[in-house]
Amino acid sequence: MQATQKHNSFMNRLMGENQTLRLFIITVVIFVGFSLVLGDKFFSIRNLQSMAVQFPEFGILAFAIMITMLTGGIDLSIVGAANLSAIAAALVLTRLSGDGGAGMPLEVTIPLAMVVALIVASLCGLLNGFLVSKVGIVPILATLGTGSLYTGLSYVITGGPAITTTQLAFIGNGSIAGLPIPVIVFVVLAIIFAVMLNRTSFGFNVYMLGTNARAALFSGISDVKVLVRTYWLAGLVAGIAGIIFLARANSAKPDYGASFILLTVLIAILGGVSYTGGFGTVSGLVLSVLSIQFLSTGLNMLMLQLSGSSAAIFFRQFAWGALLLLVMVVNYYVEQRRQRAT
Amino acid sequence: MAVQLNRLLAQGNPYMAEEIIRLTGIHKAFAGVRALQDVSLTLERGKVHCLVGENGCGKSTLIKIIAGVYQRDSGSVQINGKEYAHLHPIDAIREGIQVIYQDFSLFPNLTVAENIALNEQLAEGRRFVNWRHVRQVAQDAVNQLEVHLPLDVRVEEMSVANKQLIAIAKALRQNAQLIIMDEPTSALTEREIRTLFTVIHKLQQRGIAFLFVSHKLNEVLEISEAIIVMRNGQVVSTGPADEYNTTRLVFEMTGQSIAEKSYDFTPDLTQPALLRVENLTVPGALHDVSFELRRGEIVGVTGLLGSGRTELALALFGMLPIAGGHIEIDGKPAKIRSVQDAIAHGIGYVPEDRLTEGLFLEQAIGRNIVVRTIDKLRGAMGLTDPAQVTQQVNDWVASLRIKTSNPALPVKTLSGGNQQRVVVAKWLASNPHLMILNGPTMGVDIGSKNELHELIKRLAGEGMGLLVISDDIPELLQICNRILLMRNGAVVEEILPRETDENALAAKLIED
Repeated sequence: MQATQKHNSFMNRLMGENQTLRLFIITVVIFVGFSLVLGDKFFSIRNLQSMAVQFPEFGILAFAIMITMLTGGIDLSIVGAANLSAIAAALVLTRLSGDGGAGMPLEVTIPLAMVVALIVASLCGLLNGFLVSKVGIVPILATLGTGSLYTGLSYVITGGPAITTTQLAFIGNGSIAGLPIPVIVFVVLAIIFAVMLNRTSFGFNVYMLGTNARAALFSGISDVKVLVRTYWLAGLVAGIAGIIFLARANSAKPDYGASFILLTVLIAILGGVSYTGGFGTVSGLVLSVLSIQFLSTGLNMLMLQLSGSSAAIFFRQFAWGALLLLVMVVNYYVEQRRQRAT
Repeated sequence: MAVQLNRLLAQGNPYMAEEIIRLTGIHKAFAGVRALQDVSLTLERGKVHCLVGENGCGKSTLIKIIAGVYQRDSGSVQINGKEYAHLHPIDAIREGIQVIYQDFSLFPNLTVAENIALNEQLAEGRRFVNWRHVRQVAQDAVNQLEVHLPLDVRVEEMSVANKQLIAIAKALRQNAQLIIMDEPTSALTEREIRTLFTVIHKLQQRGIAFLFVSHKLNEVLEISEAIIVMRNGQVVSTGPADEYNTTRLVFEMTGQSIAEKSYDFTPDLTQPALLRVENLTVPGALHDVSFELRRGEIVGVTGLLGSGRTELALALFGMLPIAGGHIEIDGKPAKIRSVQDAIAHGIGYVPEDRLTEGLFLEQAIGRNIVVRTIDKLRGAMGLTDPAQVTQQVNDWVASLRIKTSNPALPVKTLSGGNQQRVVVAKWLASNPHLMILNGPTMGVDIGSKNELHELIKRLAGEGMGLLVISDDIPELLQICNRILLMRNGAVVEEILPRETDENALAAKLIED
């Protein structure tokens, strides 16, 4: 038995201990695979650029899902909160500047719009944190409720149609040193999250609380403090995503990015974030975001090539659901293997 | 059962009639760490065997190999004369090997009868349950034990002792020939232990063998006929029980002679008490509890389950709402409304249930140690400094002698005694003035227990105050300078160890 285990050491590494390495290999395989199948349609500067502006939208939201999942919870309200903050920002921009606005200079209104968006998002997050920690509602239900609340509020404010403003387009389309600004935002957030989770006591406590809430209580970790901060951060990240939504789409509407919830949960699970809490790394999450983007673009092109129609977009929804289930099943067997090995 | 035994005897195979299990040269390692080394032993029909050894000596691994849960790396396993190259749990059960773990593996929401009899109904693949049959089967099993158990009561309403009897009855229904019991007496009262022993003697006469794993050496010597002592993954001594006494057992288990000295203490009355509790009241749990604890004191708290001993700890640690009374720490009034308040007053608490309350089982040993102090281990830009974390972890692993190959491994890989040291290390790292230890050595082997006792005394010697909650009477007498006896939520008596002995204290404990 020992001999075969040594033979399989590469397989073991792929399947077992080092999850980041496993994900890295998967990501590379997906990328190389599509490059081989689709040729320079996939592997081209143009396509890489196009992918680079797509993934930050949901990639940023994935950090919000991740941190709540690390505490053993989840935040299903992030898309609702992102849209509500985007609408708040759009309102500030259209009412105070631009055509028919109060005529305030953009140098004032753009920062103001961002601050307003982040304040709205923070309030959304704090409400979640309050409901989860103080009131003690199960996170999945609390945030399902608030998510609907935030989306509903967006409909009430806008009356349905989108609020259009092109004043943030310089963020959505701009780039610094060749890097699209949304990608820079994503990278900066990844660094902040990595430092926060690995090098601060707050991050440490997030992992501990997510592992065993009762032991955390007996160790003097204040669950209320940690949870309120976690959901507040998730809200804040959703607000940043909302600003990116607005900057990319040049409009804010209540039902933007409805599929992002499932997608971000899929990213977190694929990235090795434990849905029971306590385990998950930023590097895993980032690799997962990249492989999802490769898959998304690659599958789209493949379907288009095969069927010649744009029905591919519907296939994607199916593919995400199937992939989420597949990853959970694989994780289950990997975990079983690991348990047997020790 | 008797029929089966007779059948085996009639087959004229005396080998099979005598031995149930023969293990030869068993080796087992986990991730390169040796757990068992060249273990050989035989278990005989109708005999009570006892497996003793310190935590981490390989007892649990050995049992899991016998039960087919773990696979050995090398060596041979013979059951009822049959060699098993690869023993599955289902093979072990078919051969009549039943393991009763400390949690009994019963369904708390089902009745006694259902727990005893449903298993075989499932095994028979029945689609509908024949309730009359279930009851009959359960009654038969209980009758075999010659005890009384109410069949229609749900298991969660039964006492620990009765749950154990239910587990034995269930094992019998599955044709048990060897019943392995993990710490069978640890949660039982004196009288319940008697009942258990009577049941065991009866079953023994019908050819059923027992293997006990126990730390309670007096009981081991009383019930067992054969002793197996393990140390560091090896069987170091085996033989008939009458060749052993407690001193020899301790020596074989630890490889050294241990002599415990009682704890001497002279209070410094010029200083205010570290902790003064006056008329502490928690509705439904404590009323008018008053006592003092000085720096350097080890005060024991004892009482039966439900006497309020755990509630006293929880109230002082801010986990139960205090309705009345007065707490002073170092002469100053203290309000304790939350765990954070308690910690701010320098109180640490080692909880009763270390698995669910004390430890983050899946997290690294190191993370469990620094959980209280992570906020202080900061370097540049206020960020956690990994070097300081590693330093603190290594210091505590060394000073409390936590046995591990790597502190980055999950704490669940440690044995009970080492896990308890991690919980203690977690608190010591944050320099508490007052430690409340609830059942500090429960489920911990004798060597670790002595080391924990020495540690408690050393801490007291360094000026810490310790409140030790325990129902282990010898332990209290050895380490405490005073003992508070609790009954129905009140402290009824203060006892000085030098003025009492084990029997007197035991009698007081169960007095009404």
